[in-house]
Formats: sequence, structure tokens, C-alpha cells
Amino acid sequence: MWKWLHPYANPEVSYHFVGKLLPWISKITFVLLFIGIVWALVFAPADYQQGDSFRIFYIHVPTAILSMSIYMAMATAAFCSLVWQFRLADASAAAMAPVGAVITAIALFTGAAWGKPMWGTWWIWDARLTSELVLLFLYLGVIALHNAFEDKNLAGKAAGILSLVGVVNIPIIKYSVEWWNTLHQGATVSKMSAPSMSMNMFWPFVICFLGIAMLVAFVICIRFRTEILSRNGMRPWVRALITEEGVK
Amino acid sequence: MQFDSISAFFDMGGYAFFVWLSYGVSAFLLAALVYSSHNNHKNVKNKIAQRLQREIKLRKAAEKSLAEAKQTDDKMSVVQDLSKKSNKVVP
Repeated sequence: MWKWLHPYANPEVSYHFVGKLLPWISKITFVLLFIGIVWALVFAPADYQQGDSFRIFYIHVPTAILSMSIYMAMATAAFCSLVWQFRLADASAAAMAPVGAVITAIALFTGAAWGKPMWGTWWIWDARLTSELVLLFLYLGVIALHNAFEDKNLAGKAAGILSLVGVVNIPIIKYSVEWWNTLHQGATVSKMSAPSMSMNMFWPFVICFLGIAMLVAFVICIRFRTEILSRNGMRPWVRALITEEGVK
Repeated sequence: MQFDSISAFFDMGGYAFFVWLSYGVSAFLLAALVYSSHNNHKNVKNKIAQRLQREIKLRKAAEKSLAEAKQTDDKMSVVQDLSKKSNKVVP
């Protein structure tokens, strides 16, 4: 497997490989999001207690789950870069941070817009909400560190250490609804055995989740290629590529 | 189909403001993210292209000045040769 993976540690190979993936990812994203959003907004049944405000669920929960998954992916990349000095892992971590920040902001915002009609307040300093807000600040800190140094390797190291320290926050977010008495409800769909919701609510959720996940992958791929180019600007293959494409 | 009419759909069972606010802001943020990432990619490419063009320009200028210097050198040596010859001839 290592032999098979090895060529992808080369920036040029990675750049072209991701470039080939991009059109497919964008098509799948478009189809999934279209089906998912229409199903969620028009065909899924309203909740028997929350009525149609429940439809916010189809954005809120996928983005909340993804905000943590992206963080773990970023921390894993940072770990690989710190331990084995994989330059591309650094580039991918730098590509993931802004995407994670936007997804976390969406999760927080949709949560507030759902909390207002259901709980009667936009915001409350409860364990789940506060730890998710800390996650947003961690993302912002990582982005700031990536941009704070002229030397990208040094910046990657500093941002990597911050993201590894921040991993401590992830289980706090995940289990905050069990450890503390929070206003936020417990898990609805992440129970693998039997999701405690009806199937005609569950399937649109799955499709929305996959759609948003693919969109996240799409943006990360674009940003990853940008990072590769800006870090390898002096290399002959980048010169050849840019000369070939010309100035636009 | 959960809604009887278009207006019922837009009303969202009385939660129109919150539902559409959530979907609207999410769509806006995601679109902005995609746009800025795409734009960023183009900008980085353009910057590298500009740097390459500047390098080519500088190299050409350097070659030109080198060639000119060589030419003047040649002229100088011709003059020197002539003066040497003339020196030899005169006495």
C-alpha cells in the first residue's frame, strides 16, 4: 500500500490527480444537494412537535457533524506533517481550515435560527453551544497562524501545534449533551443501530449530509491545489504549467 | 408533497422567517466560499504568471546589455589594436 500511495506525496502528481477528480466531485455535489434540499424542504414530513421549523435540521446537523470531521481531518494532516514532515499534509491542513470555519459558522448560525423559535432564545451559554463556538475560534486561530509567517513550513508547524492541542475540544463537543444538562437535545441520527427518527425524515438527511460533505470536499480540493501552486511556484513543473495556460 | 399550495410552502407553517433565514445564509456562505476559493486559485496562478513574465523580461534585458557590452568591448579592442599598429608604424 505504501508503494501505491508513494507517488501521491509528489506535489505535481497530487495536483493533477485532484484536478481530474474535481469535475466529478462537482457533478455529484450538484445532484446530491439538489435532491437533498428539495426533498428536505418539500417532501419530508413536518415534525409533530416542531412543525416546519424542523427543516433547519437538514442543514444544521450535517454542518455540525462536518465541522468536527473536518477538524479531525485537519488535525490528522497536521500530525502527519509534524511527525513525518509531509509537505503536502501541511498544504491540505491549510486548505481545510477556512472550509471548516465556514461550516462551523453555518452550524452555529442555523442553530441560533432554530433555537429562537424552539427555545425562545438565539443564544445561550450552554455546554454544546459554547464548545462549538470555541471550535470556530480554533479554526480562526489556525487560519491566522497559517497566514502569520512568510515561511510556510514555520507557519504550518505553529498552526499544526494549535490544531493538535484543539483536538481536546472535539470529545467535549460530542459528549457535552451527555456530560452536562444542556438545553441542546441529544443525538438523533448518529446512533448507528437505530436512528430515532422515521425513515422518510432520515433519507433526505443522509442525502443532504452527503451533498454538503461533497461540497466540502470540492472546496478543499480547489484550495489544496491553490496551496500546492503557491508553495511550489519556483518549481519547473509549475513554470511549465503556467506558461502553457498563459495569463488570463 | 407536504404543502397544499405555493404560499403554504413559503410560509413554512409559520416559521418562514427562521427556515428561510437559515437556508439563505447557509447558501450565501457556501457560495461565497466556493467563489472565493475559485478566485483565489486564479489569483495565485496569475501572480506566478506575472512573475515568470518579469523574469523573462529581466533575462532579455540582461542578455541585451551583455551583448551591447560585448560590442563596445570589441570596438574598444579594435581601437586598441589600431593604436598599437599605429604606434608601431609611426616611429
